[in-house]
Amino acid sequence: MNHSFVPKAADMLVVGPETIVAAAAMLILLAELMPARISKAAAPWIAALGLLASFIPMTTTGISVRTGFSGMVVTDGFAVLMKAVLAVTGLLTIGFSTHYIKREDLDRAEYYALVLFAISGMMLMASSANLIMVFLSLEILSISLYVLSGFARTQPRSQEASLKYFLLGSFASAFLLYGIALVYGGAGTISLAGIANAIASEGAARNPVLLAGAGLIAVGLGFKVAAVPFQMWTPDVYEGAPSSVTAFMSVGAKAAGFAALARVFLTAFGDIKVDWMPALWAVAALTMIVGNVVAVAQTDIKRMLAYSSIAHAGYILVGLAAANQAGVSALVFYLAAYLFMNLGAWAVVILAGRRGEAGTEIDSYNGLFWRNPGAAAAMGVFMFALAGLPPTGGFMAKFYVFSAALQANMVGLVVIGALTSLVSVYYYARVTVVMFMRDPEPDAAPISTRGLLGVTLAVTAAATIYLGVLPGQLFQLAGLAQIARP
Amino acid sequence: MQTLTEHILSIVIFLPLAAGAIILLAPPGANRFFKWFSFVTGVVVFGLSLPLYTGFRSGIAGPQFVEQAPWISLFGQQAIWYRVGVDGISLFLVLLTTFLTPVAILSSWNAITTRQREFYASLLILETGMIGVFAALDMFLFYIFWEAMLIPMYFLIGMWGGPNRVYATIKFILFTMFGSLLMLVAIIALFFVHHRATGVYTFDLFSLYGTPLTGRAEFLMFGAFALAFAIKVPLWPLHTWLPDAHVEAPTAGSVILAGVLLKMGTYGFLRFCLPLFPSASAALVPVIAALAIIGIIYGALVAYAQQDIKRLVAYSSVAHLGFVTLGIFTFSIEGIEGGIVQMVSHGLSTGALFLIVGMIYERRHTRDMSQFGGIWKAMPVFGAFFLIVTLASIGLPGLSGFVGEFLVIVGAYKVSAVYAALAASGVVLAAVYMLWLYQRMMQGPVENPENADLPDLSFREIVVLLPVVALIFLIGVFPRATMLRQMDASVRQTIELVEGRNGLPSRVAESPELPVGRLGCRGTGAWDMDVRGARPRTWMSGAIGFGAVGSQAIGMQPHPNPPLKGEGASPNPPVKVDGDRLLLDFTSASHDAVGNVR
Repeated sequence: MNHSFVPKAADMLVVGPETIVAAAAMLILLAELMPARISKAAAPWIAALGLLASFIPMTTTGISVRTGFSGMVVTDGFAVLMKAVLAVTGLLTIGFSTHYIKREDLDRAEYYALVLFAISGMMLMASSANLIMVFLSLEILSISLYVLSGFARTQPRSQEASLKYFLLGSFASAFLLYGIALVYGGAGTISLAGIANAIASEGAARNPVLLAGAGLIAVGLGFKVAAVPFQMWTPDVYEGAPSSVTAFMSVGAKAAGFAALARVFLTAFGDIKVDWMPALWAVAALTMIVGNVVAVAQTDIKRMLAYSSIAHAGYILVGLAAANQAGVSALVFYLAAYLFMNLGAWAVVILAGRRGEAGTEIDSYNGLFWRNPGAAAAMGVFMFALAGLPPTGGFMAKFYVFSAALQANMVGLVVIGALTSLVSVYYYARVTVVMFMRDPEPDAAPISTRGLLGVTLAVTAAATIYLGVLPGQLFQLAGLAQIARP
Repeated sequence: MQTLTEHILSIVIFLPLAAGAIILLAPPGANRFFKWFSFVTGVVVFGLSLPLYTGFRSGIAGPQFVEQAPWISLFGQQAIWYRVGVDGISLFLVLLTTFLTPVAILSSWNAITTRQREFYASLLILETGMIGVFAALDMFLFYIFWEAMLIPMYFLIGMWGGPNRVYATIKFILFTMFGSLLMLVAIIALFFVHHRATGVYTFDLFSLYGTPLTGRAEFLMFGAFALAFAIKVPLWPLHTWLPDAHVEAPTAGSVILAGVLLKMGTYGFLRFCLPLFPSASAALVPVIAALAIIGIIYGALVAYAQQDIKRLVAYSSVAHLGFVTLGIFTFSIEGIEGGIVQMVSHGLSTGALFLIVGMIYERRHTRDMSQFGGIWKAMPVFGAFFLIVTLASIGLPGLSGFVGEFLVIVGAYKVSAVYAALAASGVVLAAVYMLWLYQRMMQGPVENPENADLPDLSFREIVVLLPVVALIFLIGVFPRATMLRQMDASVRQTIELVEGRNGLPSRVAESPELPVGRLGCRGTGAWDMDVRGARPRTWMSGAIGFGAVGSQAIGMQPHPNPPLKGEGASPNPPVKVDGDRLLLDFTSASHDAVGNVR
C-alpha cells in the first residue's frame, strides 16, 4: 500500500471531475479580487467552463473501474454517469440563476462558487469508496447548501430555511457518523470493500451492531434525499430558500444522496440485502404515499414542488429497493430524466415569480398561457412529465423503475407506485388547469422570456420530450452504470 | 411512390402530428389558415387511409401493411419495437378515426372562436394518438399512444368546453389513468413472465399471446387490463365520467370521444384481454356480460330521463357500448363481428347525433329538450338527417345499427337465451327514448316563437352530415361486402386463440369433428406433437412468430400425407411428419408459436 502524500496522476484522474469543479470555484473566489462588475460578469462563465471541463476526465476514464488514494475513492460506470448528471444539473442551474439572482439582488460571484463547491462534494460522494469519504463529501455539499439556502440575507424566510436546514442537517450528519462508528465496531473497517469482506468471511452479517450501523447510515443519507420519515425539513427549506437554490438542491442533493446510498448498500452491505430490502421497501412506499398525498393540499407552487420532490425520491427508492442491476440503471435514468423536468419546472417558477419571492401561489399562474404561451407550454410538458405521462422522460423513468422492481418481484410496491402516480396526476394537472383553463387576473402583465433563462427552458423541455420519444441511448448508457464490486 | 406505399400506415399515423406541429409553430391569429390547413390534412389523411381498405387482403388473419423498426433496447435485448399493422379488426377503427376527424374539424368551423390554433392542433395530435392505438402491434408502443392521446383530449375538454369543463376534464383524466396505470404494471409483469418462459425480452403482441401464466397471475393481469378497458368503454358502474365529459366537451370533442375513444376500450378487450388471458376471460364471461347488460338497460333508462339532449346521447352510448362488450364476450363469430360493426356504427350514428346537437345548440344556445318542438317546420333538411340518424341509432334494418345489434343478439343467444332476451329489451328501450326525443324536438306545433324561423342547415353543415349518413346506409345494406368479409379471418383467429387454451370445443371449426390438440412452443427448440387420430385434413392454424424477423401470423394447412405445406408471407418452420408425430424444428432460430391442430 502506498502511503505517500503526493497524489499521483492516476489518483487524480479518479477524482478528476470534482477537482476541476472545485478549482473553478476557487478561481471564481480569486476573480473577486477584480472589480465587482468584472467578477460578477465572469463568474457564471467560469462556472460553466469548469463544469464543461469536468466532462474531460469523465470521458477519459469512461466506465472503466479504477481506484485511487489507497482505495479511498473509486470510479466506475455508476460514478461517471452520476457525475455527468450532476454536471448537467450545475450547467442548468447557472442557466436559470443569472436572471434570478439579478432580480433578487443576490448577484454576487460567490453564489457560483458555492454552487460549484456543492457539486464537487456531490461528485465526490458518487466516488466514495470509504465511509469517511462519504461523510466528508456529504459535509462539503451540505455546508455549501446551508449557506446557499440563506443567501437571501435580507429575507427572514431565507434565514429561517438556512437555520432549519443547518440544524436538521447537522442532526442527520451525526446519525451518519454514529452509524459509521457502529459499522466500524461491527466490521473493524470503514472501507466499503473491507466491510463487504468482513460480512462475507467473518460472519459479521448477524452482528446487531453492524446492522444498527447500517440503519443509522441509511437515516443520515435518507435525510439528504428527503425520504419519509426524514422529510420534515423539505417543504420549509424549499419554500424559504431562494428558488434557484431550491431547484439546485432538489436535484443535486438528491442525486448525491442516492449515489452514496446505492454504493454503500449494494457494495458494503450487498450480501445482507435480505435484511435491508424490506426496510427500503417500506421507506419507498411511505415516501411515495406521503409525498404525493400531501402535495395535493398545497397552494404554493414551491411547497407543491417540494412535496413532489419527496414523492420522486420515493420512486427512485423503488429502484434502489429492487437491489438489482436494473434498479441501479433505473436510478441513474430516473435522476437524468428528473433533472430536466424538475429543473425546467423550477425555471418556470423563477420566470413567473416576482421580486422578493412573490407570485409563488398556484393561483398566480392563472392564465399563464395568455401571458406567455411558450412558458406555459413548457410548464405543461414538465407537469405531464412529472406526473409520468408519455411521451416524456418522466414516463420512461417510471417505466424503468417499475420494471426493475417487477424484475425483483416487488409487485406490491409497484402497485403502490402506480396508484400514487394517479394522485400526482391530480395536483400536476391542477397547474395546467390554472395556466390554460382560467383567465389571467385583469392586472396581470405579459411575461417575456429572454436570454439564458429562455434557453434553459427550451433545453429542458426539449430534453424531457426527447427522453420520452428516444430514450434508447440513455437506457443503454444507464445500463452501463455498474457499481464496481470490491 | 415506393416509400409512400411501403410506409402508408406510418404516414397515416404521423401526418396529423406533423400538421399539428406546423399549426402550433404558425403565428397566432391566422384562423382561416388553421381551419383550412387542418381540414385539408384530415381529408388527405383519410384519402391516404383508403388504400389500407382497398389493398386489404381478406382471408388473412394476421396484420397487414406491417412496418417495423427497432426502437428501444432494454436489458441488452431489442425489446421494444416500433411495429404497426392493421388486421380485420383494427382496419375499420383506423378508418373510422380518419373519417371522423375531418368531419369533426369541419363541424368546429364556427363553434370554436378562441385559441383556434391550439384547438385544431389538438385535434390533429389526437388523431395521431388514436390511429396509433389501433395500429400498434407492440404493447409498449400501444401504451404510449394510449396514454399520450389523453393529453390533447384533456385540453379539448378543458379549454373549449362548457361551464363545468375543468371538473369534467380532471374527472376524465383521473378515471382513465386509474385503469391504465394498473394496466402498465400488468404489461411489465407480462413482459417478465414471458422472459422467464422463453428468455426473450419482448413487448411484441403476437409473441406475448400464449405466454404461459399461472391461474392467479392470469386473473390479476386480466383484472388490470379489463379495468383499464372497462373504464374507457365505459362499463357500468365505471361510466360516471362519460356524461360529464360529453356534456362539457365541445361538439368536435364529443364526436371524437363517442366516435373513437370509447372504442379503444372494446378494442382493447378484443385485442388484448381475450387472446392474452383466455382462461380468465372465459371464466369471467358471466361477470362481464352481466355488467354489459346492466349497462344496456341502465343506459337506456337513464337516457330516457334526461332533459339535456347531449346527456341523453351520452347515456345512449353507455347502452350501445354494452352491446359491443356483450358481443365480444360471447366468443362467437357473430357476436364479435357484430360487436365490431356496432363499434363503427355507433361511431357514425352517435357521432352524427352529437353533430346534430351541436348544430341546434349553435342556433339556440340551449340543449334543453323542452325548449324545442316543431323544429321540422323551420328546418326540414335538418329534420331529415336527424330522422335517419335516429333510426340508425335505434337499429332500423337497412341502416348500420341493425347489423351490429342483430349479430350481437344472435351471438348472445348462442351463449344464453337470457342474455339475448335482456339485450333485445335494450333495443326496445332505445327506440323509446330516441323516438321520444325526436317527437318532442321535431314534431308537433311550434310553441316557442324562437324556434319559428331557425335557419336550416348551411351547405357546410350538409357536407358534414352527408358522408356520415351515406356510410350508415352503405354498411346497413351491404354489411358483408363492406365489413364482415374483411374481418372474418382475424376474428376467427382471435376466437381460436381464446378457445385453444381453454380446451373448449371450437365453434369455428370448419371440420368440427377434428379437434386433436393444442400446440404451443416458446423459444428455440424442436417441438413435436402427437397427431394420432387426426383425420387426413388435419390442419394447423395460429400465430407463428419469428423472433428474429418479427412476427407474422400465418395460417398453414399441413396434411400428414403428402408432406406439409405452408402458406403465408414468412418463412415457415420446417415441418416433418413422422408416423403419428408432427415435428416442427425451431432449432435454427428463435420462434414462438401457438396454434391449434385439428
